[in-house]
Amino acid sequence: MNAPVPDLAPDLPVSGECIDSRFTVPGMRCAGCIGKVERGLSAVPGVAAARVNFSAKRVAVSHVPRLTEDDIIDELRKLGFEAERAADNPLGRDDAETKRLLRALAVAGFGMMNIMLLSVSVWSGADAVTREMFHWISALIAVPVIAYAGRPFFSSALMALRYRRTNMDVPISIGVLLATGLSLYETVTGGAHAYFDGAVMLLFFLLAGRVLDAMMRSRARSGIASLLGRMGRGAHVVQPDGSTQYVEAERLAPGMVMLVAAGEALAADGEVLEGRTTIDSSMLTGESDPRPAGPGDAIHAGMVNLGNPVRVKVTAAAQDTALADIARLMDEAGQSRSRYVRIADKASRIYAPAVHSLAFLSFCGWMLAGAGVYHALTIAVAVLIITCPCALGLAVPAAQVVAAGALMKRGLLIKDGSALERLAEVDEALFDKTGTLTLGEPRPADLGVLDAQARPLALALAQGSRHPLSRGLAQALRDAGTEPAALDDLAETAGMGMTARFQGHDVALVRPEAETAGLSVDLLVDGARTRIAFTDPLRPDVRETIAALAAQGIRSGIVSGDRVETVAAVGTQLGIEAVGGMTPAEKLDMLGDRAAKGHKVLMVGDGLNDGPALAGAHVSIAPGGASDVSQQAADAVFVGERFMPVALAVRVARATMGIVRQNFVMAAVYNMLAVPLAIFGFVTPLIAAVAMSASSLLVVGNSLRLARAAGQDGAGRDSAA
Amino acid sequence: MSILGFLIPLALLMGLAGLGAFFWAMRSGQFEDLDGAANRILIDEEDDK
Repeated sequence: MNAPVPDLAPDLPVSGECIDSRFTVPGMRCAGCIGKVERGLSAVPGVAAARVNFSAKRVAVSHVPRLTEDDIIDELRKLGFEAERAADNPLGRDDAETKRLLRALAVAGFGMMNIMLLSVSVWSGADAVTREMFHWISALIAVPVIAYAGRPFFSSALMALRYRRTNMDVPISIGVLLATGLSLYETVTGGAHAYFDGAVMLLFFLLAGRVLDAMMRSRARSGIASLLGRMGRGAHVVQPDGSTQYVEAERLAPGMVMLVAAGEALAADGEVLEGRTTIDSSMLTGESDPRPAGPGDAIHAGMVNLGNPVRVKVTAAAQDTALADIARLMDEAGQSRSRYVRIADKASRIYAPAVHSLAFLSFCGWMLAGAGVYHALTIAVAVLIITCPCALGLAVPAAQVVAAGALMKRGLLIKDGSALERLAEVDEALFDKTGTLTLGEPRPADLGVLDAQARPLALALAQGSRHPLSRGLAQALRDAGTEPAALDDLAETAGMGMTARFQGHDVALVRPEAETAGLSVDLLVDGARTRIAFTDPLRPDVRETIAALAAQGIRSGIVSGDRVETVAAVGTQLGIEAVGGMTPAEKLDMLGDRAAKGHKVLMVGDGLNDGPALAGAHVSIAPGGASDVSQQAADAVFVGERFMPVALAVRVARATMGIVRQNFVMAAVYNMLAVPLAIFGFVTPLIAAVAMSASSLLVVGNSLRLARAAGQDGAGRDSAA
Repeated sequence: MSILGFLIPLALLMGLAGLGAFFWAMRSGQFEDLDGAANRILIDEEDDK
């Protein structure tokens, strides 16, 4: 079942002083990749073991300290996989929370099953002594189980009460505690009705809802975390002896000299010392045209080096960079979002007082009717248990988990349920241009310049390099169905290009000799030059997506930091309003204006300059190629080249809210039927148990219908329906 | 009825054993890589010893 145990390299005795490093390898897609990575790495001298975690797209490598992390990334590249150091996952804190809830769920499930076993015997007529014994055993199981499994609810309810507020957990906690207390009293006095099964079952169903909610969050977040980390989290710093060493971004200091390779993002602001290159600043400013940079030019953290390796002297690092200003803006913008009230909490604001007054009124009613305190209290507790929001607690998470799961299959990762609720309310969408409406990576403007013989050569040359232009070319050729040619002596010269031999001919993919206006490369076959120009094309289905959004009553617009003319051209092409030349603060102001007019705005953006807007918008989505900052600020991330997941997300979010409302109505109808029974004292523990499970099953079943609704079509053709 | 004195503890013990097994599985990372386990069965090991 496991991949083969790696051989220990014979020439390098692997002693006990191995260190562990972890890498993200997003390219692993199949069993073959697991085997390839594990076997390939294990064959490297100095590597003791390599273990792939396929779900997280990570590989853990145990190796001797002499082997650096860069060496391993190199080895992975030779195996055909791009890898990055895995940083501590900034989104991984939820993991512990999920585990805590899962443990509570397991304990509640254990308790529920055993108590139910005893309860069924009681219901089917166990008499005096046996019943008393069964009640005692139930109590012995129930009390510790409730104490353990109920903690998430009790602590949250306490927290709410401390701030003089109420949430869903307050009625739950009161119901569970009262039911347990009354049942204990029944047990001690030898009464007939103990609600231990009801109380524990309630916890079990509610915990199931919470676990679903938490799992949805952590699954999406680990998906996003595996996309993170392509942006300068550190740099190779040139040491006095000429060697280079990897230094984390936080520990970079002014005066250090960084060696920035092609395709790498800058981790600090700096000044170019040596080398001429092309810099892509679209992440930072939204500008789409790369600009040249040479000695003396200032470049900033977050910009990406597209051309040749350069040496850059750090002028400002960490908190002093232009990036850090954007981070501060984002912090302020994110605070408005925390005022949003989840739908379940809205419901409980009406529900909790209603339930409590009902229970209290029935208590008073029975007292007035001449029943004893004990009898009246039994009935009040029955009312509380039967109304306890079991179905309500499941209504929202069940629907949202199903929707999030369906969306994940279509390439959209939703971070939490509240994002789905906010997405459903959207009535206006604003897009960034570069990297959002466009792919954000260079692609050949016209593959037609390459004939059928040249394409396999170009692909074989391009796929050997990590340079952004090579990657774009390789991707485009692969999409066109090209198979790579078999080359000999493939070599890469940094800053020049790729060279190789093909059936006795010299072939090469190199940068043009003269400086050109845009980005381009030359393919050389035996001295014959073919120039391939590059552009940043629009995503293939932008037009359809905007139409699909319009069909849902959502107006689209563009806000970009790129030059006004470029943005206006795209706006005209797509037939939507477009504003260019915006700074991050201006984008944020614009969102504030729209919000003040009562609009709920969906922001879609990728760059660092979109970060504040993403954090400040009613809801936001970022593409998978976005900067780390944007992916963390956004509520959802979509992967792939297609733009349609954005429209699909809105459609599914609306369908989800429809189902949630249906679920609420069902819960209300159930209450209308069950509450009178409880008030007039007809509810026994048996009826409570049956009613509770039946309503929960109904709600979960209804939510499952969403999987089909979301899965119907990817193009969103029926979105108007 | 004395059979109950045997069966109830037995049921509880079995339940506890299941609970213990689940806790162990969670702690030892059995749920860390669910997709990987499904894929590993497909790995060819022919080129190994």
